[in-house]
Amino acid sequence: SSAAMAALRGRTLLAPLGARLRAGPRAPLRSAAYAPPLYDVVVSGGGMVGSAMAAVLGHDIHFHDKKIALLEAGPRKEYDHMPDSYSNRVSSISPGSATFLSSCGAWDRVCSLRLKPFRRMQVWDACSEAMIVFEKDDLDDMGYIVENDVIMSALTKQLDAVADRVEVFYRSKAVGYTWPLSSHSCDTSPWVQVELADGRRLQTKLLIGADGHNSVVRKEAEIKNIEHQYDQSAVVATLHLSEATDNNVAWQRFLPTGPIALLPLSDTASSLVWSTSHDHASELVTMDEESFVDSINSAFWSNINHSDFIDTAGAMFRSVISLLKPSGTAVRQLPPSVAKVDPESRAMFPLGMGHATEYVQHRVALIGDAAHRVHPLAGQGVNLGFGDVACLARHLSAAAFNGSDLGSLKHLLKFETERQRHNVSLLAATDVLKRLYSTTLAPLVLLRTWGLQATNALPPVKVRMRAFCSK
Amino acid sequence: QLSLFRFTVKRPFSTSHSSVDSKEIKKFQLLAHKWWDEEGEYAALHSMNDIRVPFIRDTLLSMSSNYHLGNPLSGIKILDVGCGGGLLCEPLGRLGASVTGIDPVEDNIRTADQHKSFDPVLAKRIQYKSSSLEEIVGESMETFDVIVASEVVEHVADLETFIKCCSQVLKPEGSLFITTINKTQLSYVLGIVVAEKIMGIVPEGTHEWEKFVPPEELECLLESNGFSVKTVSGMLYNPLLGSWSWMESTSLNYAVHAVKAGAWAQSHTTDTPPETDIQQHSATAGTA
Repeated sequence: SSAAMAALRGRTLLAPLGARLRAGPRAPLRSAAYAPPLYDVVVSGGGMVGSAMAAVLGHDIHFHDKKIALLEAGPRKEYDHMPDSYSNRVSSISPGSATFLSSCGAWDRVCSLRLKPFRRMQVWDACSEAMIVFEKDDLDDMGYIVENDVIMSALTKQLDAVADRVEVFYRSKAVGYTWPLSSHSCDTSPWVQVELADGRRLQTKLLIGADGHNSVVRKEAEIKNIEHQYDQSAVVATLHLSEATDNNVAWQRFLPTGPIALLPLSDTASSLVWSTSHDHASELVTMDEESFVDSINSAFWSNINHSDFIDTAGAMFRSVISLLKPSGTAVRQLPPSVAKVDPESRAMFPLGMGHATEYVQHRVALIGDAAHRVHPLAGQGVNLGFGDVACLARHLSAAAFNGSDLGSLKHLLKFETERQRHNVSLLAATDVLKRLYSTTLAPLVLLRTWGLQATNALPPVKVRMRAFCSK
Repeated sequence: QLSLFRFTVKRPFSTSHSSVDSKEIKKFQLLAHKWWDEEGEYAALHSMNDIRVPFIRDTLLSMSSNYHLGNPLSGIKILDVGCGGGLLCEPLGRLGASVTGIDPVEDNIRTADQHKSFDPVLAKRIQYKSSSLEEIVGESMETFDVIVASEVVEHVADLETFIKCCSQVLKPEGSLFITTINKTQLSYVLGIVVAEKIMGIVPEGTHEWEKFVPPEELECLLESNGFSVKTVSGMLYNPLLGSWSWMESTSLNYAVHAVKAGAWAQSHTTDTPPETDIQQHSATAGTA
């Protein structure tokens, strides 16, 4: 063997790979005649992120001869045209995610169904007048509000287009996984065994877990998850505005109980995402429609949480800024008022934060909420997931073109490093923001008030913040 | 990769052509089951795939006009001489090639066969045989499009015979890829002194510095045996990251791509017509 390579065992000083090879239940040795079908990649979880993963790989030129399977517990979702009413589950799609969906051919379909671009984002504090406004100087869109059903429908169409490579198993829940022993033991199957609820079995060289924040893949792989339940639930609903308007602004106000956001769906409709205490959320969901609408308007317009002290301090800081930077204070606009709520559109779900300590193991990778769960206040959840998909697809494509074993930790670790670096900072920042804004204590309010005002006045900080969230 | 062509102790005059040293065989038998541990003794060979597979792949793609990026080496017949546990055969097989891997150590072939058996695609595309190169010459005249001899020629006692055999089993205008170690002070210090004597990572005696091959000598032998050397490029191993990269200097490890003369050229004893080169890190030998 060669000189330099013989000089050392080649063990890297960084992550000890030995720790990533678990000694789980042995994969059963089957005779060749009885072997379950072998796939190159199995994606477990057919939500937006899992479907995007399967679609992107299916369209990758280096995966032309590979076999991919997508496992989805629910039924197939596809619409030729959307129903008149809007769905209450929507996502804020960043320009980066739009580009990604474009690259796998799904964005055109989304545009042909329905979506709402927004040009401006106003975020402000209920305890003071401090606010921050994000706006693009050019005429580009800042982001898009899209119903999750629309994204799913578009991705389903893209999967259909590569049905010869990607096999989608609907109504197929994976109930068990059997892991191979470490890569060099020769006498048992080296592949991951997947058992479905109906007893069918699959084998795969790489298992991608896209099965949400309660990921079974993650649990069975014994990957530690740092998680924290917020004392909050999110209430969602579809709202109708009092009067038609351009409605190209996304509004978010931080109340002491949690942020309330109004995301535009059309000139007359908006989607509500109101994060608040569990009790308050239950109240909101059960109260009559009129009271519900009043609560929303009051949440956006009322000044009940102001205190004189904070108001004065805020005003003082604002005059300082306007001396130093005349254009640094923006005019606070008023959000549209709400007239009524779509019946049956009110729902609530609990919120939490989670981060998997590892995104990958031998023959396993986690993407989307299975890897990281974030508070909706930053509107980032699915964008992080699409970012994971784009990154993993890039590494798998290169690995395929190098003839590598797709389940090899070597390239999986590169994916993990890249994404953890990006995701952890955003998760931490979102968590900090959530805690910072969950209080009425004057010092903290002042801190965040001045912080927000300062950030609003300083273009470099704002630009970087927005660029980070646009990816 | 670590095949054992050791004809006689004396160089350069060899008389016997097919005896393989049983001492060397025993040494590698002990490690036969370690081939596929990406973190073990063969870790650096695993990571060498990251540069030698793209090198082979891209060279062959640049010479071909009709390929599909999803199956780039489809239709190409490759012989991997000294294939060991099949570390290089498998990626080449995944890229679509029909691969024959030969190695004189039976345990290596057994390991390679077992490892490929779980993947039906590879099981079909790759054939392993426990054999030396000379033993297959008779039945494989001008059979292969490509020969790969990676980390092999530094173990060969009679390099010229080895090259002649390669030429016999290679089709006209076929490609020969070699990776090996240069014979320099640096390779002595790092490869023998540090690796074997100081750190004791490689058992003493695994390598003989005398057998390391300078690129000039290799080029000369190739050119005088009907090959045209197209590319010579240095390789460097970074032990901290466990990764390989290309470098200008060939003072340690290096890779060579040579092309066998075409049928018309063989009778006229001239080189094949010039081809597109992808990497020119040092001057290739002139025409005959």
